[in-house]
Amino acid sequence: MLGNSVLTNTRRVLGALFIGLALTGTALAQQPLKIGFGMSLTGPLAGNGKAALIAMEIWRDDVNAKGGILGRKVEFVYYDDQTSPATVPSIYTKLLDVDRVDLVVSGYGTNVIAPAMPIMMQRNLTFMTLFGLNVNSKFNYDRYFQIMPAGPNPAVGWSQGFFDAAMGMSPKPKTIALVGADAEYPAMALEGAREHAKKTGLKIVYDKTYPPNTVDYSPIVRAIQATNPEVVFVASYPPDSAGMVRAANEVGLKTRMFGGGLVGPQFAALKTQLGPLLNGVVNYEFYAPDLGGKFPFLEQFLAKYQARAVVEKVDPLGFYLPPYAYAMMQVLDQAITATKGLDQAKLAEYMHKNTFDTYVGKVGFAKNGEWAAPRVMMTQYHGIVGNDVEQFKKPGRLTVLSPKEYKTGDLKAPYHENKK
Amino acid sequence: MEVSGALLANAVIAGLLLGGFYAAMSVGISISFGMLDVVNIAHPGFIILGSYIAYIVNDRFGLDPIVVSVAVSPLFFLLGAVLYRVYYYCFERRGQESLRGLAFFFGILFITEVALVLIFGVDYRMVSSRYGDVTWRLGPVDFPMRLVVPFLVSMVMVIGIQLFLTHTFFGRAVLAVAQDQLALRLMGVNPVRVKELAFAISIASAGVAGSFLIVIQPVQPAIGREFIGLVFAVCVLGGMGSIWGTLLGAFVLGLAESFTSTFFGPSWAPAVSFGLLLATLAFRPAGLLGR
Repeated sequence: MLGNSVLTNTRRVLGALFIGLALTGTALAQQPLKIGFGMSLTGPLAGNGKAALIAMEIWRDDVNAKGGILGRKVEFVYYDDQTSPATVPSIYTKLLDVDRVDLVVSGYGTNVIAPAMPIMMQRNLTFMTLFGLNVNSKFNYDRYFQIMPAGPNPAVGWSQGFFDAAMGMSPKPKTIALVGADAEYPAMALEGAREHAKKTGLKIVYDKTYPPNTVDYSPIVRAIQATNPEVVFVASYPPDSAGMVRAANEVGLKTRMFGGGLVGPQFAALKTQLGPLLNGVVNYEFYAPDLGGKFPFLEQFLAKYQARAVVEKVDPLGFYLPPYAYAMMQVLDQAITATKGLDQAKLAEYMHKNTFDTYVGKVGFAKNGEWAAPRVMMTQYHGIVGNDVEQFKKPGRLTVLSPKEYKTGDLKAPYHENKK
Repeated sequence: MEVSGALLANAVIAGLLLGGFYAAMSVGISISFGMLDVVNIAHPGFIILGSYIAYIVNDRFGLDPIVVSVAVSPLFFLLGAVLYRVYYYCFERRGQESLRGLAFFFGILFITEVALVLIFGVDYRMVSSRYGDVTWRLGPVDFPMRLVVPFLVSMVMVIGIQLFLTHTFFGRAVLAVAQDQLALRLMGVNPVRVKELAFAISIASAGVAGSFLIVIQPVQPAIGREFIGLVFAVCVLGGMGSIWGTLLGAFVLGLAESFTSTFFGPSWAPAVSFGLLLATLAFRPAGLLGR
């Protein structure tokens, strides 16, 4: 009798345990998949940060409409990093320890990715990042991944197209001026430019940086002009990109080629505000309407993005960051689905070994987490008339100089004679 | 680098034009901080507010941003008067103006910034004007109108404020309240009313300076914080409470920045500018024209 009651009780306990485990599993499966990040929603790079957030939200809504990832709806937990590196460590600590997110991705830009790296490395997290230039060169973290297509040597890949176009001029230029803001991204970009200058035999006649809150750039441009460089490479953020372009026009800068690494002209605010002042400038872009059908799915994404961007008062074109922010999440989606879980080591291994189909094309990663091959487009603006944004939605306002597979025309030099 | 006469002349002109802009940004602080002892850390926030008002009217109606800012300066004047009243009743009257008053103005700065973000978004804004992309050249010397026009209007504004302070009854009352409030009260003048008027003028000047800023460079809501140090530095360098000192201090900093950027490298410009400030204060603690 006692034996029977013990057996019955044991069966009851085991049954309850089994039901409990089954319910827990179901509950877990129903729990949202929380992805955490900091994003620049205020501060100098907020325009880009907000545009990236919209793209990521479009991805989230698209994925959730199909049932989520591994049956779990995706939820974002994010905080405004104010474009300030100082806020980043505490944001990610909170995301991981308080909000207990399942996965983290980075905010936008070199300045806010670098301060997050020690936390990621300490906790062995796979870290998908958004537009940081050469961040992993100092950390050598094997679970770092970057969606910006700068290539396995980003500092050099970033300006490869610019220097290819420069050295394609006849006669070849002999001198170059390098200038950039005192900040992380320009420092990396200038590092790469110096390497290119050394490789190509260009003599660096001016190599200086300026404080990012500089008001008037004309003394800088005049100092550059005084050294008579044949090529001028600029690495700048949006307000200083506008300042340098305006100063170049005001001073009447005479050089064969000007531009390179200006952040800002890729999005509508500066395109429209600078307008014809951009003509003749050579600069990097990641997408242009001139590319036609080379990115077929991108156009449907851009239609969704542009509809939301107008309402939320951010970059109405969305050619720069948004496609890559969406692609970043597509990579994660595919990796999680393929590895059937959130094991950080398995995710990293999968991402290193496989290529991903995204809206920006096939994405594959090198050993250091950068793109396996660079794909930064170098373009030259021309034919910009007035300040209307609609002209930039159609082909004809820029020439893609490189890479070869996207080239639409040749460089027109010198800069000061091609400002139309 | 070869130092040519043209490079030197352009550095001087650029420095003076920049200094004129700095003077417009700082004259309000010279009044509120220099004369009234009100640490209005929100002053750059009102400059940015002025920039956005100039932007919105310029964008919708095509009116010149500087003309717009002058036209709406009475509204900034009223805003300044109301703000001072709140500050006075909540803090100054209770003797809590130092820390709590400072926190109050910090709060105003952030509220202004967030309000602008919510209304306008975070993208950079610029204005279009007939002279924005025009540069006059006199031989080898360039005069970009984008800086010349704000400079000229700034000079009119700063000199106008100085003349108001020295040649009108209310102006002299403002100078008096900076010297001795009790004596002013004994003469039957309400110092609170005078300070309210002076503070209102400082906010009105911020509104006008905002239009200069957006003519010169793109503006986004948080950019005001970058100018907090500069405006107080100009005020202190020139001498607290001296409008001519503010003008001189602005020119000194503008020329220092321009010369350093041209001949030594722009990354040295803040170090040289603030080094000059420290050196001046070491030898003349009251500032260049302070008493």
